[in-house]
Amino acid sequence: MNTLITILFVVFAAFILASAIMTVTVKNIVHAALWLISSFFGVGALYLLMEAEFLGVAQVLIYVGAVSILILFAIMLTRDLEGSQNRQLTPRWWIALIVPAALFGLLIVPTVMTYAWQLPPPPAGQSPAISGAQQIGTAFMREYLLPFEVAAILLLVAMIGAIVIAFEERERRRRVLTLAEQVRLRRQQRQPAPLPEPAATAIQASEATGGES
Amino acid sequence: MPSMTEAVPLPWVLTLAGALFCVGLFGALSRRNTVGILLGIELMLNAVNINLVAFWRYLEPNVVAGQTFALFIITVAAAEAAIGLAMIIAIYRARQTVNADEVDSLRG
Repeated sequence: MNTLITILFVVFAAFILASAIMTVTVKNIVHAALWLISSFFGVGALYLLMEAEFLGVAQVLIYVGAVSILILFAIMLTRDLEGSQNRQLTPRWWIALIVPAALFGLLIVPTVMTYAWQLPPPPAGQSPAISGAQQIGTAFMREYLLPFEVAAILLLVAMIGAIVIAFEERERRRRVLTLAEQVRLRRQQRQPAPLPEPAATAIQASEATGGES
Repeated sequence: MPSMTEAVPLPWVLTLAGALFCVGLFGALSRRNTVGILLGIELMLNAVNINLVAFWRYLEPNVVAGQTFALFIITVAAAEAAIGLAMIIAIYRARQTVNADEVDSLRG
């Protein structure tokens, strides 16, 4: 039985790490978001393996259900025409590779492996008392009541803030461009030296296509 | 009753969390797309959560503090994702780009 859990852990770990590596290396940003979702699923499975059922369910609900949809919508709304053909990594990405690799190899692994963890002795006979969803709920209503309320206010502020930041006033709102119009707009922007106002060019582009069609 | 604590040593789990954190850090540092940077940050937050849950399970399984902390981190991560993506959309509206290298108004 213990071997089974070990095998499950190794499988989940490999799945999480492979998905994470695909997330940061894959070219298409939509594919990166989908790989991130699979990584979230792996982490949720790991929570279940560690007997944190409530966190596992919360992980699937919040990350897989909400955050990933938010990310996919943001990608959809900020569609960059050249993005898929362009380089996705910074020109000096190898520096960005050295820093995490050094952090992992020189700091995390030696510290984790050499520290003498004072693990509690394995309980003899009956299984140990593990705090579950009921204990978490009680704790939120008792000793963590103030942080709980602060988190609620944080979520409210974040929601209002996101609406205010992303809100576009009616008179400044412009029609969503079709793909052909976007291509023409890009071509126009690349040729002339003075950069025109984005809103103005959008209107020009829409007028130009209106006139032609 | 078989359990994770007997089958898998704690350093393995911590190493997995560290590796996931480093992968996320690489993503956050190397991507040019701002949405890609946010993906890296989400990976890092997940790695920290794995750490917290592992410490809870192995060291103090009958105290809820570890899971509570992880839940608060999930809350803050959700708020951060909402605000960050709203800002990315606002930047895209103003500048027609999501490339972090081209958003340099504050460069001296």
